[in-house]
Amino acid sequence: MKVEQISIFIENKSGRLAEVSGILGASGVNIRALSLADTSDFGILRLIVDDSEKALTVLRDHHFTVNKTEVIGVEVPDSPGGLSSILQILDRNQINVEYMYAFVERSGGNAVIIFRFDNVDEAIQVLRDNGVNILKGEKLTSI
Amino acid sequence: MSVAINIWNREAECMAREQLRDLQLERLKSTLTRVAENVPCYQEKFRQCSFCPDDLRTLEDLRHLPFTTKADLRLNYPYGMFAVPMRDVVRIHSSSGTTGKPTVVGYTRQDIQTWSELVSRFMTAAGVTEEDIVHIAFGYGLFTGAFGLHYGSELIGASVIPMSGGNTDKQIMIMQDYRSTVLVCTPSYALTIADRMEKQGIDPASLALKIGLFGAEPWSEQMRSELEQRLGIIATDNFGLSEIMGPGVAGDCIFKRGMHIAEDHFLAEIIDPDTGEVLPEGSVGELVITSLTKQAFPMIRYRTRDITRLHYERCDCGRTLARMEKTRGRSDDMLIIKGVNVFPTQIEEVLFQIEGCEPHYQLIVDRVNNSDTLEILVEVNERIFFDEMKQQRMFIDRAEKRLASALGISARVKLVEPSSITRHEGKACRIIDRRKL
Repeated sequence: MKVEQISIFIENKSGRLAEVSGILGASGVNIRALSLADTSDFGILRLIVDDSEKALTVLRDHHFTVNKTEVIGVEVPDSPGGLSSILQILDRNQINVEYMYAFVERSGGNAVIIFRFDNVDEAIQVLRDNGVNILKGEKLTSI
Repeated sequence: MSVAINIWNREAECMAREQLRDLQLERLKSTLTRVAENVPCYQEKFRQCSFCPDDLRTLEDLRHLPFTTKADLRLNYPYGMFAVPMRDVVRIHSSSGTTGKPTVVGYTRQDIQTWSELVSRFMTAAGVTEEDIVHIAFGYGLFTGAFGLHYGSELIGASVIPMSGGNTDKQIMIMQDYRSTVLVCTPSYALTIADRMEKQGIDPASLALKIGLFGAEPWSEQMRSELEQRLGIIATDNFGLSEIMGPGVAGDCIFKRGMHIAEDHFLAEIIDPDTGEVLPEGSVGELVITSLTKQAFPMIRYRTRDITRLHYERCDCGRTLARMEKTRGRSDDMLIIKGVNVFPTQIEEVLFQIEGCEPHYQLIVDRVNNSDTLEILVEVNERIFFDEMKQQRMFIDRAEKRLASALGISARVKLVEPSSITRHEGKACRIIDRRKL
């Protein structure tokens, strides 16, 4: 159910994003989804890739500071109110969303949203009990 | 628990202090006589204060003589301070001067022997014996560090691996395969090695390493404990500077309560860096050293710029030699920011208290709208990098609060990517003061 996400520390200066994507591209790693949180000094780049082990290795070899985190990918109806219905379920059950971002591709007509929770297992349980479809890791990276 | 205490030269290192003072006075007189005969710079200094070496009655009389500073060495560049003809000089070394001309120092054959003996003393004090395999990761070259430790190891009879610096992966491979038991390098490079081993999943316990001899830059007690824990070694400090001899001026014994100064070869004073007055015993101040036996390059009251304190009580190891505390920074490294004295080592200690933070940092001092600012760049690593912005911000806030309370001035912490702070021959360039521009 859980998907591995990699996070990269990057300084807020020109060319750093290009460098990360260049390194991954040269190693044949495909980026499936990304989000960037930034401040004036630095940013945290989060990526879902098709081969996270390889991505971790090549980025560390290039002296990047990298972490792994577990997130989940949720299918959201691609229609008005789709995201809201899922957030309401989470809110009712007091599940806190740390952050979220959208996946590039669609899955069977639905949008895909990546969620990071402080308590992943509890969130998975709540979503499943409410009939929300959570995508398997391998399914997600091969969309 | 009983620990083996080895002493290389018991007669010299455990001499009664009264006897030591007699020996110092005798050697001081002979050094002053030699420089008065052979070194124009000292002839001039003595003439200016109407001093004649025969006037010296006690060790305390030395305080009437002027200091020797780095500026004197620059004025006499390259060989003007040598007290022997070049035919008697068998070796030239040079300081890693980062500003202006380097300083050039020379050694006679006898000087090299003294140097080897003094390095053997502190290596033995740290527990090194002829059974050891000494891995020297200091750069071989004009810098005195590598050769000093090399000679000391050979005199002890240990096996030397003259690795030189750089290529961390190869250093680790050699340590694993050749079973190095003693690591010689700068403390910051030892951390780099520890990091690389952690990254490669190498358990330090699988190595044969047991002793670290670290020097050539100031480091904190926190850094010592981190190195001891992470590498599974006893980490000892040693002190020296090329103008005086190189490593071997002072070094830790296994009790690590201050580095024993080789007082039979060097006379140490503590002065107020502002007034030049000799301070009472036990005061913190700048270390001033006079060489007592050096032939090629004697130094009279050389201002080391290192801030420390001396202790004279007998050590549990049996040595009677004075102990100097870890240097607290250099009087010329001391920054005055918003009127407050700040030493880079204070900042290093705070960074260490915040769990997992390594001392790859750089201080940037600037003046914005007539007010001083201090920015501290800290290289991020996986232990202080969080996936969530909230936690990352909290880490920075905590660091800034701790720094403000330790330094008495506010500082801005900026995280930067690993390896982005410039390093100079393994030593990080710690300070950029833009106010001078």
